Amino acid sequence: MKWSEFFTSSVGKKFIMGLTGITLILFLVVHAGLNACIFATLLDENDHGEMFNKAAHFMGSNVIPRLLEIGLFLGIFLHIIQGLVLEFQNRSKRGISYKVNYGNRGSKWYSRSMGLLGTILLIFLILHWVQFWIPSRFTGMEEVTIDGKQVHDLFGLMKTTFEEPWVVLVYVLACISLAYHLLHGFQSAFRTLGLRSNRYLRIVKGLGIAFSILIPLVFALMPISMHFHWVG
Amino acid sequence: MEHYTMNLNLQVWRQKNKQDKGHFDTYQVSNISSEMSFLEMIDVLNERLIREGSDPIAFDHDCREGICGMCSMYINGKPHGPWEGTTTCQLHMRAFRDGDTIVVEPWRAKAFPVIKDLMVDRSAFDRIIQSGGYISVNTGNAVDGNSIPVEKEKADASFAAAMCIGCGACVAACKNSSAMLFVSAKVSHLALLPQGSPERKTRVLDMMAQMDKEGFGSCTNTGACEAVCPKEISITNIARLNAEYISAGLTEDK
Amino acid sequence: MLNSKIPPGVLDQKWSDYKGHVKLVNPSNKRKLEIIIVGTGLAGASAAASLGELGYKVKAFCFQDSPRRAHSIAAQGGINAAKNYQNDGDSVFRLFYDTIKGGDYRARESNVHRLAEVSTNIIDQCVAQGVPFAREYGGLLSNRSFGGTQVQRTFYAAGQTGQQLLIGAYQALERQVALGNVKMYSRHEMLDVVVIDGKARGIIARNLVSGELERHFGHAVLLCTGGYGNVFYLSTNAMGSNVTAAWKAHKKGAYFGNPCFTQIHPTCIPVSGDHQSKLTLMSESLRNDGRIWVPKKQHDTRKANEIPEEERDYYLERRYPAFGNLVPRDVASRAAKERCDAGYGVGSSRQAVYLDYASAIDRYGRIECGKHGLENPSAQEVRQHGVEVVKEKYGNLFDMYEKITGENPYELPMRIYPAVHYTMGGLWVDYELMTTVPGLYALGEANFSDHGANRLGASALMQGLADGYFVIPYTIGNYLADEIRTASIETSHPAFEAAEKEVADRIHTLKNINGTQTVESFHKRLGKIMWDKCGMARNEEGLKTAIEEIRQLKAEFWRDVKVPGGIMEMNPELDKANRVADFIELGELMCLDALTRKESCGGHFREEMQTEEGEAKRDDENFCFVSAWELKGEGNWELHKEPLVFEVAHPSQRSYK
Repeated sequence: MKWSEFFTSSVGKKFIMGLTGITLILFLVVHAGLNACIFATLLDENDHGEMFNKAAHFMGSNVIPRLLEIGLFLGIFLHIIQGLVLEFQNRSKRGISYKVNYGNRGSKWYSRSMGLLGTILLIFLILHWVQFWIPSRFTGMEEVTIDGKQVHDLFGLMKTTFEEPWVVLVYVLACISLAYHLLHGFQSAFRTLGLRSNRYLRIVKGLGIAFSILIPLVFALMPISMHFHWVG
Repeated sequence: MEHYTMNLNLQVWRQKNKQDKGHFDTYQVSNISSEMSFLEMIDVLNERLIREGSDPIAFDHDCREGICGMCSMYINGKPHGPWEGTTTCQLHMRAFRDGDTIVVEPWRAKAFPVIKDLMVDRSAFDRIIQSGGYISVNTGNAVDGNSIPVEKEKADASFAAAMCIGCGACVAACKNSSAMLFVSAKVSHLALLPQGSPERKTRVLDMMAQMDKEGFGSCTNTGACEAVCPKEISITNIARLNAEYISAGLTEDK
Repeated sequence: MLNSKIPPGVLDQKWSDYKGHVKLVNPSNKRKLEIIIVGTGLAGASAAASLGELGYKVKAFCFQDSPRRAHSIAAQGGINAAKNYQNDGDSVFRLFYDTIKGGDYRARESNVHRLAEVSTNIIDQCVAQGVPFAREYGGLLSNRSFGGTQVQRTFYAAGQTGQQLLIGAYQALERQVALGNVKMYSRHEMLDVVVIDGKARGIIARNLVSGELERHFGHAVLLCTGGYGNVFYLSTNAMGSNVTAAWKAHKKGAYFGNPCFTQIHPTCIPVSGDHQSKLTLMSESLRNDGRIWVPKKQHDTRKANEIPEEERDYYLERRYPAFGNLVPRDVASRAAKERCDAGYGVGSSRQAVYLDYASAIDRYGRIECGKHGLENPSAQEVRQHGVEVVKEKYGNLFDMYEKITGENPYELPMRIYPAVHYTMGGLWVDYELMTTVPGLYALGEANFSDHGANRLGASALMQGLADGYFVIPYTIGNYLADEIRTASIETSHPAFEAAEKEVADRIHTLKNINGTQTVESFHKRLGKIMWDKCGMARNEEGLKTAIEEIRQLKAEFWRDVKVPGGIMEMNPELDKANRVADFIELGELMCLDALTRKESCGGHFREEMQTEEGEAKRDDENFCFVSAWELKGEGNWELHKEPLVFEVAHPSQRSYK
């Protein structure tokens, strides 16, 4: 079988979705862990975001994370493009739609709404890049000196950005979308990759639920705690 | 069991042939016994329509005991109607109450074009089987049945997948009109048996290629297929198909 | 003169001798020979697959939307084979003997012996195809006993053996379709056989979607179209099961064998009202543990649980103390009818008897409590354990009963009543499965050959597959070897024209009667006549009346039937009208056959011919023959007798007392 045949088959397409999905799940762990450094101020009054800025600097300057970042972006775009393609292709298979829909009687609403949830996340991502990633990587931003090194003051940028209530609201909504996207996507990715043993599926399901609650919660807490000056 | 009679308001999809656009017609049926099967209720209505000089509702049905897989109605938004693990022909009218409105639609999928009224063309399923849903063994080639022991657990799992009646409810329920539950049931049935192993790789690759060609969507693991399957085929089979496909697709050396 | 072509020699050598000497067709000639197969059940699908594999050009037809829907799929119990895997003394001879005896000595010895011989190959073939038969923990095939036989020779796949075997044959068929050896025509119904110079040369089929008539040529035509139980309107057959193909063949010169031999299965879910469209069978295994009873008081309207033990009549145990509830199908069915006719029936229709699991639940419950070390268990504990055991053994059947009736069979006794299930009669065929029309074959339930007057449980699947996989591939060569010089005949041949015109005319006539009564109403009336007068018990007067009534019904049908819709479109009512018209004619022949056979045997019970105790009385002196009916003209048949010779299995009277 040709590679092109494999990757354009319906299982092959889903295979890409599953693989990239799991990559993104791993990235979320890193991202959430790193961002959680902002909460260092809760433990150490003199931190003032230093730990977070240092970590961010490491991620932005070290060659390994930078290389991984390329992979990450490839993964994100593949996930997005493939996801949208699948969504439109799948939608086109019905023809005339039903008068009465099966709806939530046989499946969860979020499992049927991955395209919608994903699109919300994409819109959020664009905002998120504009606000943080592009300034940090390309257009430049304010800097602070830590241990004699000039580093980007991402902590400061967060503080100012999350002063705006609408931004906080958008971020929280995105986190909710992410939670539901993960609630289905986490276990679905493993099924798509062929996991079928009930013993393992039970573990994956449990992990998936925990992950879908924990990670978005950690993310959502950041704009909220910045906004209400719980940290900083 | 208390028996009762009921009057119902039916909204049924009518479509003269493949080319016709189709529409819903409304029918009042009265004095329906709770002991009737759903199809017998349609029979009663059809007898009336014939006497009145109009065209009866065309629908597929044959064995009327839930095994041939021919019946195929989408009743009030669910393939085969409100009961679990049941085909339309096994559904009985005690599932409904006096005064209910029942909407009856055909399976909806581009791969299952409507032939007339509630009848659809499911020959795509036959073509999927033709593409590899078998074990290539000519008559007379077989060795003694007991020379191939099969682990009981696997034989049982294979049987559970082989129970598929090919009705197409999975496609009708799936938001993507995917036939993955059907294909995976066949792939699992044969992959779980030692007799099926020589063609294991080509079978899954060819059957999936045919499924895509027929215009079914892909699986997004929503689980709607499993929920409507009259034979309660497990969605685990889809995961098995994925594994079979991925390993075959990545290792086949051609 | 009927020539059954039974090979000479000793019984157990006939088939191998035959195979050793039969004419062969060489591979390059096979490619030029076309075979038409009508029907894709076990017999049809297996024949189409096997003949396709051999290299013949096969065209297969079915009226359903896919070959996988054929009614073989509904068989529950299992398939017999003389494997003797259980080491319990089974052998080809025993299977042969049981089948002959079970058929009440009205089947052909040579055919039945061949059936028993190839039974073992069927299991091997099906296993190789991936049929998931039930297995033991060691990985080997499991067997159960079935239908009161003394050995365990039944192979099964839960309660869905027919489905699994059919799917196996269907897959083999689809493989040949993919390879281009078989061309499949689904949603096509055969409406006539084309006979040229005395040989079957093709068929006229209606494309049920477009309504068009099509002509198809074949060097040979195989009818694998199942039985005609739907002549009774209510039966366990599928709604579409019909006699049309066989009847058209009969009209074109094929003799009809033993049409009155009908099997009535004792454990079906009873009719619940006039609206009933079909009956559902529940596996006969239920009689292994259930007890059958009716109230001792006539017209008792109390509910089952209000009737005390001493007022219940366990009539099978009373009448047949040796076999009790396990008497053969025909005996159990007749006994139920006798009780209901005498006014002891139960349920709202009074046409049912109870099949009670209360004592089985109690018995199993006590055993289980013993195993669990419970001393003096409460009634509730006993019941709970008992229900668990029964659920394990019969759960799927109980669920099915509950789905249909809405009653919980663990709480209330089930109501059962006999229903038409299988027809042993069919087109008369010789040893090669050829009808009296050269080149026209009948396989499976469509022929009359192997079950005599009563079929044993788990033998229908065996026969269908034997015919298709292992008999026809040999016997058809004997005919086709002489046909290799026959080029394909153009379907513009006058015989095709004439046959198509005949079919078209009939369709037009049916459509244009434009009367007032629906096809269904005629079918129901026919069914009632047949059930009342040619059903479980028959008598001379009833049969004579039935023939009169059927003739009147036929006249009325052709005067007053109403067929809606058009001809050149999908029109299920028109299809049904065609089928019912044939059923009416068949009904008359069945009554005639039953009238002529003045003996009781197997499923055929003539009330005049019974012993003092009310049991069937066979008359070997005068009726040890196959009735083969030749159609001479409308309502006019000539009887040909094929004498049955029993060289090995000598007839004896069945007794179950």
